[in-house]
Amino acid sequence: MSIDRRKFLKMAGLTALGLSGTGAYELLKPGALEASHGHDAHGSGHGSEAAEDKNRTRWAMLIDMTRCEAADVEKASHACHHAHNVPDMENPKHAIKWLWGETYEGTFPDSHNEYQAHELEHKTFPLMCNHCDKPPCVRVCPTQATFRRPDGIVAMDYHRCIGCRFCMAACPYGSRSFNFVDPRTALKFEDLNKKFPTRYPGAVEKCNFCVERLADGLQPACVEAVPHVFTFGNLADPDSNVRKILRERTSLRRKLELGTKPSVFYLV
Amino acid sequence: MYDAGKVYLGLAIFIGIFTFGFYYSHGTAAPQPKPSIDTPEINKMAKKQCVEDTEFMRSSHMKLLVEWRDEALRNGNRTFVNSRGEKIKISLQNTCLKCHSNKKDFCDRCHTYAMTAPYCWDCHIDPNGGKL
Repeated sequence: MSIDRRKFLKMAGLTALGLSGTGAYELLKPGALEASHGHDAHGSGHGSEAAEDKNRTRWAMLIDMTRCEAADVEKASHACHHAHNVPDMENPKHAIKWLWGETYEGTFPDSHNEYQAHELEHKTFPLMCNHCDKPPCVRVCPTQATFRRPDGIVAMDYHRCIGCRFCMAACPYGSRSFNFVDPRTALKFEDLNKKFPTRYPGAVEKCNFCVERLADGLQPACVEAVPHVFTFGNLADPDSNVRKILRERTSLRRKLELGTKPSVFYLV
Repeated sequence: MYDAGKVYLGLAIFIGIFTFGFYYSHGTAAPQPKPSIDTPEINKMAKKQCVEDTEFMRSSHMKLLVEWRDEALRNGNRTFVNSRGEKIKISLQNTCLKCHSNKKDFCDRCHTYAMTAPYCWDCHIDPNGGKL
């Protein structure tokens, strides 16, 4: 079969059109294709802040920075790490962090400026997992070891974690730690919280908003340790304690421009 | 056949060595393990029963534990309703090991006998174990 130039060009044109079809679709309706493939199915539909419903729960943490001193961060971190058997590693490269302190610049790198108010500049900000509405860590986890609960908590199922650390690469807040060494080597049996497990080497871990304490009707460990700084409540209920405070106070959230919709608020 | 005597001798020695283990351990079978339920918490109970009946627990405790794990962690439901209608808090460390406070003489006895090493204890703590 012979083919002339005219026929060849027609076929090549059609092929190019076909190949660019997906791209064109993406251009016209961004995200529609991916969503239809179920990539976006991890609970982003429910639990968004926009939906107001008294019967729904969407946990959030408020941190009052006007009342927070470095010692409070230390105290909260200690309470959290004790409650969850988080080891205190000697080598900083092996550090496991659930709740830790950071400078203003480290907390809000995008809004830092050289004429910053002294009051804020020299504060220690407590950091933890932001339990995002659209958590990038959940999106990338290949085993669904990390997942978003209907109440907004981004939970970890350590039984499923294979230690690939995709979630650590995806998390814009550095909220996740990897167990490079056996955490039990840095833990003493006497100091353990016997009600909570430890982790195994090769697992990624992070703050769980004290999901095990919430199940028992308790407040998170950091709230219990430093109640004048941390406030925990339901963001979905317009009459809740956290929503009342948020209506009255100026609040900051970390890296909002990324669209992850974090649920940890810093009151300034 | 050349060297038939040597060949038969060699075969006999081979079979002897090969089956040595069977002769050696014949009649010395390890006794069936007897997991102990002699703990303060169990002795306090009027009717000694686990969350399900003993037969079921003996054969299927591992399946129940996997169900509990998924129910508590992934579905966020930490209450289990057993076949008797009782509500039980789902927790290996805080429910199972509360009564079976003798992991060494309960869990480990059968697991050692059956040569299974469940990785539960890589993370979960035996609160009465005294060490990690």
